[in-house]
Amino acid sequence: MLLILKRAVIVTALLWIILALGFTFVMVGLGQLFFPYQANGSVVTLHGRPIAARHVGQYFGHSLRYFWGRPSDTVSVSTGKPEPYNAFSSAPSNYGPTNAILLKDIQRRIALYLHTTPRLTVGQIPISLVESSGSGLDPDITVQSALIQVPRVAKYTGLSPARLRQLVLSQVQPPDLGLFGPPRINVVLLNVALYHVLHPHA
Amino acid sequence: MSVSTVATWVVVIGGLLLLCKPVGIYLYRVFTFQPTLLDRPMKPLENVIFRVLHVTRESNMSAVEYGVAFVLTNMVWGIMAYTLLRIQGILPFNPEHFGNLNARLSFNTAASFVTNTNWQAYSGENTMSYFSQFAVLQFLQFVTPASGAAAGLAFVRGLSGRKLGNFFVDLTLVLTRVLLPLAVIFGLGFVALGVPDTLAPYLHVHTLAGQTQVVPRGPIAGWEAIEHLGQNGGGFTNANSANPLENPSALTNILQSIAMGLVPVAFFYMFGLFTGKKRLAWTLIAVAGTLFFVMLAMIYFPEAAGNPIINALGLSGHANMVGKEVRFGMGGTSIFETSTMAFTTGSVASAHDSFLPIPSMAFFLGMFLNMVFGGKGVGLLNMLMFVILTIFLMGLMVGRTPEFLGKKIEAKEVSLTAVAFLLHPLLILVGSALAVATPAGIAGVFNPGPHGLSEILYGFTSAAANNGSAMAGLGASLPFYEIALGIVVILGRYASIMAMLLVGESLLRKKAVPQTSGTMRTDTPLFWGILLGSIVILNALTFFPIMALGPLAEHYLLMAHHLFT
Repeated sequence: MLLILKRAVIVTALLWIILALGFTFVMVGLGQLFFPYQANGSVVTLHGRPIAARHVGQYFGHSLRYFWGRPSDTVSVSTGKPEPYNAFSSAPSNYGPTNAILLKDIQRRIALYLHTTPRLTVGQIPISLVESSGSGLDPDITVQSALIQVPRVAKYTGLSPARLRQLVLSQVQPPDLGLFGPPRINVVLLNVALYHVLHPHA
Repeated sequence: MSVSTVATWVVVIGGLLLLCKPVGIYLYRVFTFQPTLLDRPMKPLENVIFRVLHVTRESNMSAVEYGVAFVLTNMVWGIMAYTLLRIQGILPFNPEHFGNLNARLSFNTAASFVTNTNWQAYSGENTMSYFSQFAVLQFLQFVTPASGAAAGLAFVRGLSGRKLGNFFVDLTLVLTRVLLPLAVIFGLGFVALGVPDTLAPYLHVHTLAGQTQVVPRGPIAGWEAIEHLGQNGGGFTNANSANPLENPSALTNILQSIAMGLVPVAFFYMFGLFTGKKRLAWTLIAVAGTLFFVMLAMIYFPEAAGNPIINALGLSGHANMVGKEVRFGMGGTSIFETSTMAFTTGSVASAHDSFLPIPSMAFFLGMFLNMVFGGKGVGLLNMLMFVILTIFLMGLMVGRTPEFLGKKIEAKEVSLTAVAFLLHPLLILVGSALAVATPAGIAGVFNPGPHGLSEILYGFTSAAANNGSAMAGLGASLPFYEIALGIVVILGRYASIMAMLLVGESLLRKKAVPQTSGTMRTDTPLFWGILLGSIVILNALTFFPIMALGPLAEHYLLMAHHLFT
């Protein structure tokens, strides 16, 4: 028994050196060497300043001029109050399918879109645009989800709907390898492209 | 069903089927000590370890010794993890300056990671330092599945009439020959596809909208690799593989689904090579595979059809996207969730609390059975447990002493197997009953109505099955759940493995009896049907009542558009 315990301790120490230290440092090293952009978080910069991590969604809901992503139910770690797209505390809503709050939230979001977007009908709003994501950080929306926001963004930026439609379609990411997952639009990158259109000389 | 869904399923399922034979052969060669490709780089390292431990590849242990080595080694890891988490604040690699964990959370986390459960009552990105992530938790994600695989190996050796082998040798070889090399390959794939892997602090970005966003980073890619290859399932962050930092694309989603199943499925084939009964192995793969497809269908079709209450609003599209991510598509989400529940990984690419009732039942099915391939080694143990029970039941029907692999299955084996089988529902049902009957347990419920019962039941099932996923609305960080689930994970892991090891040894000691025309064949389509039938009946008898009160009740209320407040 004691001998087995001694061996258990020794094997733990040896394996710890190989797996905890060796594996981690080798992987970080290889990542930094071969894929430094991805390994450091796929940072998006504007005028040399980091403005986003490419894969992590951001909250644009307080501005009518930008395209909006999917609803996010993340909260602040310190206050527990809603703080959408808080990457420091990724979380879904966890509402079950028969929870009355789920329906109320969705109805509220539909009302917001109908209220802010000229000539929009419920039947045009994609279901994923009013249901919150699994991480609260979903960077993507469907193509239709971006297109139905064009009238609103046009109204508040002064850009022509045709120009904005073209901008949206230029940002469509095809499925991975042309096959896996849906065609989608990264909201942060779309808004960066919009920013460049609005500030051509900046 | 879209082209993307079909393509995703074909790649994952086809990939696992194609790889199970070559990987199975490789595993067999490694664990019968035959030359393999990795001898040259790995043998010197292993020789150092074996020399320090004073063991050789030829050493053997009895079942009790093997079991004791397994439990003691796990205990050392548990104490180590508990201690390091308690003093996290003074340890290095803590750029975000996270403090020590309290005693309850440290116990719950240590128990959960040591048992390969990876239940998480914390949010990684705002609780754990890089050191705790990679030197404590990720270390356990390597060694604990390896120890489970070692136990499975010992059982397989016993069944095939060989000596059980040495725990420390098996443990080391699972790591150096299987998990470590695979983790390097998958880890590099994940970095290339956009998963961060760095020791630099969290990123602070100034958004276009004029806010500051803190984006966690860390040595995530390596973590993702071993999290899935070891059927661990504990996420680097709270949202786990739904988080784009852990699972940024449909491709990484596919790779993670394959990583989960790669070794468990191959373990079944390896069992066929050990026992010389490849047809039996394929029969068992067919049984588990059938259940896998049932689960996939139970998850995909209801979710694609959506929530009738929400669909009544008349929006465009009808799939249930609550708690799901756009980039995976419904095909990717459903294959990931099927894999994570079948292989008992417990990572999630979407919020299980927000799934419809029928898909929830598929999640429960995976955890109740725990052998739809299951975790490597342990899943096979559970499958063979059902095989022995089935053979026993068949023997009763014809009034003949049952045999398996040429050994008579008698009172001792059946008793031990029954203990292993009954322990699982005992932990789940008694635990849930206790939670439902006490205010402390009820306090953890998040969703109203029958869904709340499902949340409690899910917690105890996940703990007993060492799965680790959650209907995450449940207040897992309440003291009641931290302690109760911590105890359940430990009992669920060790008691049943110990019982099955004893069965293995008991069979090893028996004299082989020649196969006669009266022997029940275990490698035929007929046996596939009988085994599947007994698995379904045994589990339905055990769990149907609680399913009727939880997900089934919720299903019918949902169809009637009934809401709870």
